[in-house]
Amino acid sequence: MNVAAVFFYLFSAIMIASAFMVIAARNPVHSVLFLILAFVNASGLFLLMGAEFLAMILVVVYVGAVAVLFLFVVMMLDVDFAELKQGFLQYLPIGSIIGIVVAIELLLVMLGFTQSDAALGAGGAPIQANMSNTEALGLVLYTKYVYLFQASGLVLLTAMIGAIVLTLRHKPDVKRQVIADQNARTRADAIEIKKAPSRAGV
Amino acid sequence: MQIGLTHYLSVAAILFTLGVLGIILNRKNIIIILMSVELILLSVNINLVTFSTFLGDLTGQVFSLFILTVAAAEAAIGLAILVTYYRNRGSIAVEDINMMKG
Repeated sequence: MNVAAVFFYLFSAIMIASAFMVIAARNPVHSVLFLILAFVNASGLFLLMGAEFLAMILVVVYVGAVAVLFLFVVMMLDVDFAELKQGFLQYLPIGSIIGIVVAIELLLVMLGFTQSDAALGAGGAPIQANMSNTEALGLVLYTKYVYLFQASGLVLLTAMIGAIVLTLRHKPDVKRQVIADQNARTRADAIEIKKAPSRAGV
Repeated sequence: MQIGLTHYLSVAAILFTLGVLGIILNRKNIIIILMSVELILLSVNINLVTFSTFLGDLTGQVFSLFILTVAAAEAAIGLAILVTYYRNRGSIAVEDINMMKG
């Protein structure tokens, strides 16, 4: 057994175990932490397959952004999670039936799959051996798939605007800074001169 | 022993099944449901990268990048909806989300 096989089994075993813990953990904070572990191990699998750029993006985007966003939301909402966990066993029979059916279908597709030798490198963007993964991906992404790239930018813009619009709210009793009002203040309405008579006190 | 296409596809299939199971079993907790959707998208990504590697073609990795984008956008919007809903109702139980029913 060579080193790549050892690492493949290590990464995939940890990833599947932590994916199981994501759906089985009692505390959602633990679920999020196991999700992070699953993502890190998936990025290890990507590295084994030679997709270095995607592996690093997976760590940056998923572990750095998405999982931390989940963590924030789980900790921010004060919810009784034990109550939400009830009924877990109630759905176990139907859940396991559907799970077994899905797994069998996927396995059938996979085992009946054979790859012809002519298919190797016959696609639109063959992998060149003399180029790093990031360079090759950039050469394809910004030329052939530039419109899809722009469209994914639009998807992110929509998500950003949507999230801001959904969560932004103005409380009526909170004082806010109004810069126009500050700039429009004049000396006349800001200060008032009072004459205090001497030796009489105020 | 050589690790081939089938090995990676099996791992992705198991991950996909676990994601589907998570949606079915945790029917009350919408946060776990969102995390299960992330698991499913991750397994799709593993499939795409596997085929990209073993077919010697970069297109799979490009599409995996786009799926990553969509997954990030989906998580952001989903959690924003969740926060808004919690603010309005004080609960995130899936069973309570029937106010919009016409």
